[in-house]
Amino acid sequence: MEDVMITGVGQTPVAEHWDIGLRDLAFAAIQDAIHDAGGIKPQAIYIGNMLAPNLSNQAHLGALFADFSGLTGIEAVTVEAADASGGAALRQGYLAVKSGLVQTALVLGVEKMTDKIGSSVQAALATTGDADYEAVQGVTPTVQAAMTMQRYIHEHDMPIDGFAGFALTAHKNGTGNPDAMYRSGLQLEAYSSAEKTSDPMNIYDVAPRADGAAALILTRSDLLPSNPHEMQVRIAGSSSAVDTLALHDRKDLLYFEAVQLAAGKAMKQEGVLLEDIDLFEYHDSFSIYAALALESVGFAIRGKGWKLAAEGEISIDGRIPCATMGGLKARGFPGGATGVYQAVEAVIQLRGNAGVNQVKDASCALLLSMGGPGSTGVCHILRTRRV
Amino acid sequence: MEIPRHWRLKKQRYALVGEVCPHCEKKIFPPRDICPNCGNEARDLFAFSGKGEVYSYTTIYEAPSGYDSTTPYTVALVKLDEGPIVTAQLTDQGEQPTEIGMPVEMVTRKMRDDGDERGMIVYGYKFRPVLKN
Repeated sequence: MEDVMITGVGQTPVAEHWDIGLRDLAFAAIQDAIHDAGGIKPQAIYIGNMLAPNLSNQAHLGALFADFSGLTGIEAVTVEAADASGGAALRQGYLAVKSGLVQTALVLGVEKMTDKIGSSVQAALATTGDADYEAVQGVTPTVQAAMTMQRYIHEHDMPIDGFAGFALTAHKNGTGNPDAMYRSGLQLEAYSSAEKTSDPMNIYDVAPRADGAAALILTRSDLLPSNPHEMQVRIAGSSSAVDTLALHDRKDLLYFEAVQLAAGKAMKQEGVLLEDIDLFEYHDSFSIYAALALESVGFAIRGKGWKLAAEGEISIDGRIPCATMGGLKARGFPGGATGVYQAVEAVIQLRGNAGVNQVKDASCALLLSMGGPGSTGVCHILRTRRV
Repeated sequence: MEIPRHWRLKKQRYALVGEVCPHCEKKIFPPRDICPNCGNEARDLFAFSGKGEVYSYTTIYEAPSGYDSTTPYTVALVKLDEGPIVTAQLTDQGEQPTEIGMPVEMVTRKMRDDGDERGMIVYGYKFRPVLKN
C-alpha cells in the first residue's frame, strides 16, 4: 500500500477570536492548507470538534464547512472524542486515504470556546466526563486533573514546584511560535507565587482554552502534486485506544493505559523505537497529564515524569523535546482542534521550518492527542521523506 | 432539566445500590452489568455500606452552571470499604481539613438546582467525615 502523506498544513493563531465565527475560523485553516498543498482539492473532510453543538449551538459541521468553503458535493463529517477529537479526525483521514477509497482528505480541527463564558463553559466541558456519576457531582476536567495530581504528589516523593518545568518549557517555546497564544515566556518566580486554581494545581498547571482552527491535506504518495515542499512528511504510524470513561473506574489512577496502547501500536507499525523519536507533542492540558504521558509512553519510569521537565530533558535541545511550539499550555488549547495543531506543528518541524524552535535534524515525531484523563488516546508517528 | 434521567438513577443516588459479580464476587459501583474484573455478566444488586476513605480530592472554585450557589466545594475520589472508588462531593466538614485516608460516610444531600424556584432539585450522595461516637 502507498504511504499517506501530509502535503499541506494550515492554522489560525490560537486566541480569543471574538471577531471571528466558527465557519470563518474553519475556512481560514482550510484555505491555508489547500494553498500549502499547491491547490490540491479534497474529496472528503474529517472534522475534529468537541463542543460546537453545545457552545455554538451548531451541529452538522461537515455540511456547514464544506458549504462555506465552496466544496459542496464532497463527503464531510465530524469526529468526536472530547479533547482527542483532532487526533481522532486525523486517524479517520489516514484510514480513508490508506484504504484507497479516498484519494485526498482534508482533516480539520476547529473549536470556538469563547462565545460563552464562565459556568456555562465549565458545564459544557463537564459533558466529556461521566454525566451520571462525575458531572452530577459538579466535576469538570479541572477537577479530574487536580485529583490525579493530588494522588501523584501523595504517592511520589517530589519537591514543591516539581511540575514547574512543564509550564516553563512550554512558555519558552511559545515565544518562538507566531501563532501561539502566549509569547512572552514565564519565570519560575511567577509559577511559584501563582494563585491555586484547584488544589494542588495553580493557574500555570492549566492550559488556557481558546479558539482556533488547523487543517491538513492528506494524500497518497503516488498522487503527490508537483509540490513546493522538497521535504515531504508521511504518516508512519497511527493508532487509537480507549480506557474507562470515568476516572474512578481506573484500575490504576496514575497510568494512562490507553496512551500506552496507542503509542505502542503506532510505533510497532514500522518498528519505531523510543530513541528514534526526535520530538514528542504530548497533550499538556494539565501539567500532571504531561508527566503521566511521558511515563505511559515510556520516556520516564513511573513517578519520574516531572523530573524530565525539571532537568531540561524536554526542552528543544534536550533528550526528548516536547511541546516544541508551545504545547497546549503556551500555544493555547483549542479543545478538539488541538490534535490537528500538533500535526501541523510537527510537519513544520520535520520540514525544518520551525525557526528558533527548530529541533535539530528532526525526522521522526510522536503525537499524542488525548481525551479526558487518558480516557481516549490517539497517537500518530510522522516521518520525513525527501522527494 | 432531565427528570426521567435522574429518576431512573434513584437507587444509586439515594442508597448506593451497585452490583456484585456472581462469578468472582467483585463489588461494582456504579453498576455496569459487565464485571470489570472477570468480564462476565453481573446483574445481582448489592447495596454498599456507604463507608470509605478519601483516596484523592480537590476544591473547585470555577464551577459549572447548576453548582454556582455552593462554590467553592470539595470533590473527592472515595474508596469504599467494599472496594470500588466513587466520585463525590464532601460535606459537613466544618473546619476539618481534607486529607487522603480520611474516613468518610455517605449522606444524602442536595446536589444541584436550576436556580429557578419552580425547577427540579437533584438529591444524591455526598460524603462527610465519620461522626465520632
